[in-house]
Amino acid sequence: MTVADLFAMPFMQRALIAAVVTGLAAPVVGTYLVQRRMALMGDGLGHVAVTGVALGLLTHTSPTWTAVIVAIAGALLVEVIRERANAGGDVALALLFYGGLAGGVFLTGLAGESAASLQSYLFGSITTIGIADVLATIILAVVVLVVGLGLAPQLFTVAQDQEFAAVAGLRVRFYNLLVAVLAAVTVTVAMRTVGLLLVSALMVVPVATSQQVTNSFRATLYGAMGLGLLASAGGLGISAVASFRVTVAPGPTIVLVALAFFLITWPLGAWMRRRRRLQEPFADLAAAEHTRVDEHAHEHGEDCGHLAVEHGDHVDYVHNGHRHAVHRVEGGHHYDEH
Amino acid sequence: MSRSASDPTTGASTAAPVQLRDGSVTIAGRPVIRQASLTVAPGEFVALMGANGSGKSTLVRALTGLRPLAGGTLELFGTPFDSFRDWQRVGFVPQRAGAGSGVPASVQEVVASGRLTRRRLLRPLSRADKAAIARAIELVGLTDKAKDGVSTLSGGQQQRTLIARALAGDPELFFLDEPTAGVDLPNQKALADTLGRLKERGSTVVLVAHELGPMAPLVDRSVVMRDGRIAYDGAPLSDSAVHDPLFGDVHTQHHVHHDAPGAQQQDFAPKVTSLIERTQGDQG
Repeated sequence: MTVADLFAMPFMQRALIAAVVTGLAAPVVGTYLVQRRMALMGDGLGHVAVTGVALGLLTHTSPTWTAVIVAIAGALLVEVIRERANAGGDVALALLFYGGLAGGVFLTGLAGESAASLQSYLFGSITTIGIADVLATIILAVVVLVVGLGLAPQLFTVAQDQEFAAVAGLRVRFYNLLVAVLAAVTVTVAMRTVGLLLVSALMVVPVATSQQVTNSFRATLYGAMGLGLLASAGGLGISAVASFRVTVAPGPTIVLVALAFFLITWPLGAWMRRRRRLQEPFADLAAAEHTRVDEHAHEHGEDCGHLAVEHGDHVDYVHNGHRHAVHRVEGGHHYDEH
Repeated sequence: MSRSASDPTTGASTAAPVQLRDGSVTIAGRPVIRQASLTVAPGEFVALMGANGSGKSTLVRALTGLRPLAGGTLELFGTPFDSFRDWQRVGFVPQRAGAGSGVPASVQEVVASGRLTRRRLLRPLSRADKAAIARAIELVGLTDKAKDGVSTLSGGQQQRTLIARALAGDPELFFLDEPTAGVDLPNQKALADTLGRLKERGSTVVLVAHELGPMAPLVDRSVVMRDGRIAYDGAPLSDSAVHDPLFGDVHTQHHVHHDAPGAQQQDFAPKVTSLIERTQGDQG
């Protein structure tokens, strides 16, 4: 069997659809969470959703929908706790998260299910996804995309500056709850793809990667969506190809591919930030004392290899910790050392 | 001191932009602002001053609705606060260390968020919106930085971005909470120039400031908060006079005992002092 044959199989096609919609939707909510400096919110909601899955197993209903309901309830609770934020705010969140995980494992035991059935939700089982779950994933992902992109101006404003948003007449509380609910829905969408314990990675890592090289919100958002798509489709592909030789779980592979993108981009971002800082024009202040250098073995110019920085009406060349500026006078030139 | 109804062409805006009567604010059960009354007339430039913890920021937060009033009434443009919906008439510049957040955002995007008060849900930016955003950025002198990320700008430039954001909605009334805090003098001058242009347009400005610096010539009226009460409301004061118990030589309508020069206490208990008591007091 070849790779092409593998992707012709219905279960692989369902997996690919789930991977694509998850990869697109998760970073949208992730961007708003990172903007609010709540990058770990998705992780916490993933823990809470474990209880939802267990409730589904216990009551023999669809774990996807019980997980949505419990995750939303958890997200609203988190938002209420955050609103009444006091010194113990994040401790309260921790209690909720561990309660969710422990409760989930406990209830699964009560349901008489093995740890293995919970494991497919904890780390994802994209290749065993059924038609009903694919449809549920698509519907939820579309909801996340439509709301997350359609209300982008409002969500951006509220996340950027709550007080300003309130005085602009936006219903801040509504939008906060909306982001919390979207995060909960996204957790459930990504549950089958990467699993509840790795959900947050697909929401946050593409954003962290994208913002290495962007300087606008819009570029970060769309960049993160593109990276999320590449990571989840690529991760699925890699695990499918590898499956001919070894057993590779798609969920962790997707997350590792997303992390690999970050590792590739990070030095690039660091280099871009450094270059921007170096090329920042020198302050155009009244001339301070400078040293005149008549003999200079090197002719500065474009592409001479020295960092060229704008300085008022001329260009300085940074050279051994000095700033050299050519000073052209009648019958020749010399360099000023600033 | 308050100029009454100004521009006849704007019709409805003849009502006072801000009218607070006997406002009080309680934070965690403790009364912070007590019986503050403040009316700001259209086109007025009011400086709200006072020491740290005097309640000046809390007062402006109460005026914008960020802090609920525990007592008293607040009207904006003649409408009781609870039924006020014309938020596009109000521009707010909150007190901020910077304009950045967890994700990069360009100057243009941050300023565009100030245009939301005039946009309908799910509609893209109209041509008028884009023009207003470009105008606001130009007014604060950041046109060549419009595409840059706000977090890469200097503190003064970030502060100007926040002012442009408030400008983008073309409001009539501005609340600025310490816009010059932590900003160097050249940038303070640039800020003062921007505020001067707002004043020329006839905007009403309520400015919270610890020190006025280059903004001093713009101020029409000073209001000084002291321990949660309005202690002075009248002609502009210099930065140093604000902290003077008697507010310099400016005569006020408040309880200032001119007959007791240097008296710092303003209570109503009769002051009976004799030489002996004073000596004992100094020793004890």
